[in-house]
Amino acid sequence: MSPAIELRGVEKTFGITSVIRNVDLKVAQGERHALIGPNGAGKSTLFNLISGYMKPSVGQILLRDEVISNLPPYQINRRGLSRSFQVTNVFANMTVWENIRCAVLWATGQRYAFWKNIDKLPEVRERTAQILQDISLTNRRDVPAGLLTYAEQRALEIGITIAGGADVILLDEPTAGMSHAETERAVALIRRLTEGRTLLIVEHDMSVVFGLADRISVLVYGQIIASGTPEEIRGNPKVKEAYLGEEAA
Amino acid sequence: MSDLATSVAPPLPAAADKIKFYGIWLAVIVALLVLPRVFTSGGSLTTFSLIGISIIFALSYNILLGQTGMLSFGHAVYYGLGGFLAIHAINIVVRNKLAIPLPLIPLIGGVTGLLFAALLGWVSTRRSGTAFAMISLGLAELVASSALILRTFFGGEAGVSANRTKVYRLFDWSFGPQTQIYYLVAAWTLLAIVAMYALTRTPLGRMCNAVRDNPERVQFVGYDPHIIRYLAFCFSGFFAGIAGALAAINFEIANSAYLGAVQSGTVLFATYIGGIGFFIGPIVGAIFVTILSLGLSDLTPVWQLYFGLIFIAVVMYAPGGLTGLLMMHRPLIRAGTLTRVLPSYAVAFVPTLAMITGLMLAIETVVHFTVNPGDDSHIKSFGIPFDAASPYIWTIAALLIVGGFVLARKSWTRVAHAWDEALGSAREKGFAA
Repeated sequence: MSPAIELRGVEKTFGITSVIRNVDLKVAQGERHALIGPNGAGKSTLFNLISGYMKPSVGQILLRDEVISNLPPYQINRRGLSRSFQVTNVFANMTVWENIRCAVLWATGQRYAFWKNIDKLPEVRERTAQILQDISLTNRRDVPAGLLTYAEQRALEIGITIAGGADVILLDEPTAGMSHAETERAVALIRRLTEGRTLLIVEHDMSVVFGLADRISVLVYGQIIASGTPEEIRGNPKVKEAYLGEEAA
Repeated sequence: MSDLATSVAPPLPAAADKIKFYGIWLAVIVALLVLPRVFTSGGSLTTFSLIGISIIFALSYNILLGQTGMLSFGHAVYYGLGGFLAIHAINIVVRNKLAIPLPLIPLIGGVTGLLFAALLGWVSTRRSGTAFAMISLGLAELVASSALILRTFFGGEAGVSANRTKVYRLFDWSFGPQTQIYYLVAAWTLLAIVAMYALTRTPLGRMCNAVRDNPERVQFVGYDPHIIRYLAFCFSGFFAGIAGALAAINFEIANSAYLGAVQSGTVLFATYIGGIGFFIGPIVGAIFVTILSLGLSDLTPVWQLYFGLIFIAVVMYAPGGLTGLLMMHRPLIRAGTLTRVLPSYAVAFVPTLAMITGLMLAIETVVHFTVNPGDDSHIKSFGIPFDAASPYIWTIAALLIVGGFVLARKSWTRVAHAWDEALGSAREKGFAA
């Protein structure tokens, strides 16, 4: 089976600073893959490259064997890859319901329709309702997204990301800034919602990473220094030195 | 529909809501039909026609500003071109005796607006924000200056005129009397309002709001914000063209003023003062600004100055516009706590009015001495005669401004307190977020 995501010799430079250096990465279909590394290692940049927010300077990015590294974000999204953002990035003036609905529209084939009444699209209503229930925000349905609590906004962020039914999901630090209890709930949510899909997740919380991931890649100074199962990563001396050791110290 | 959607989704409008919704539209139709019977003078009919045109234009502008978050400084381009094409169309119809009745001419204006928006909009809608605003300004200047250069089409300074009564007649309507023009404008206004309202309820309409809120995120739910902005721009151009054509029919002339910066500014003005966050905002703004500009220009030579001051006041203190101010009170009305703020409004009204009166007195006096210093100082502003040279007037103005401000500030604080209390209890009752 071809990998869900494949990076081949990807590099990204800003002026003379090289942020991503010769990264090769494969994420198999249906795998939950965590990307870890110290601050400034280039994890978010890598996400920006994969999701089409930035173009790689060198190298290729493939989604199920199709080169996507020259496509704009919306084209990549239509091919079934969806991402969340580290800093909450929702439609602040629109209600929770409308936020989710926007994320459902393209996937249900509405495109730029200006001849259909949006309230009379049963499939859109159905799917929006389903997602809303999945992220447990039904009682906040009519609240503008900007007025939600932080944890609720993070849940909405995940809801928007998965609403289009993409089978490759990229989550950028979904539990950042959450309390213990909130993190546990968020992890359960992520586990449930990404069932049967491919997940690439950036995360700082090691309990989340080792609890959730099938495989882990470690990014340090723009390079992947190790890639393997949680046990392999735990036992890897290079990782300990560069990252985990630093944590433990 | 499954149980889930029924229990989770927002309820579809019940029969009572539907009756209410269609009842409002029906009431509007009845009001439009009755108006010319109540106000029969030609002057008021012209005013109503201008208001209708202004409503269509302002609503079309709000597709950009309020719905999609695009600030245009050149919306009059599509209004004006619609107007010019309508005039030319009338002349062609008359010359060739074509069987096209006058009520269809606005459609030609609309299609003109649409075509030019489709042509000029592709590049400018690539970006929103400053880039879009600057390009719209540049295009507006370009078209406005070519109106004076391309004389064969735009008719130079004089413009192009037409005789609307010579057009092919349907049901023997000559469209000579203003009443018939009023009904024509009213019908088109109603059609345009319904169409633009319906547009906000479509997938495209909702995605326009999403682009306004967060164009970046829109890309990651599968939509190209450029296409959304472009389509919004085309719709906006279409309705602006209809408004321009109606204006051209009303005046039987189109000239370069239709395309100019003043026209572009006025629509921004009306839309913003009315409130860009609500569908009816631009309607309120169009009515307010049209009546005010017709009324104020009779009362004072510097009516534009007052306009500017009103605009600044709205931008600074009521960013939601007039409609926003009214809508703020909705939770209070529902919770029944409105009566708690009304007394403080009444108290604040007196010193605020005194301050504004003082300000107006000072402005009129200063204007007299800057514009006509040699003339007789016994002047008349807002219908009130006074002596601009009298020291009493100067003292009264100063007293009103300073005293009014000091007292008004205290009363505003009281308004704020009363407001917080009323909203707080409305919140407790669950009527406000």
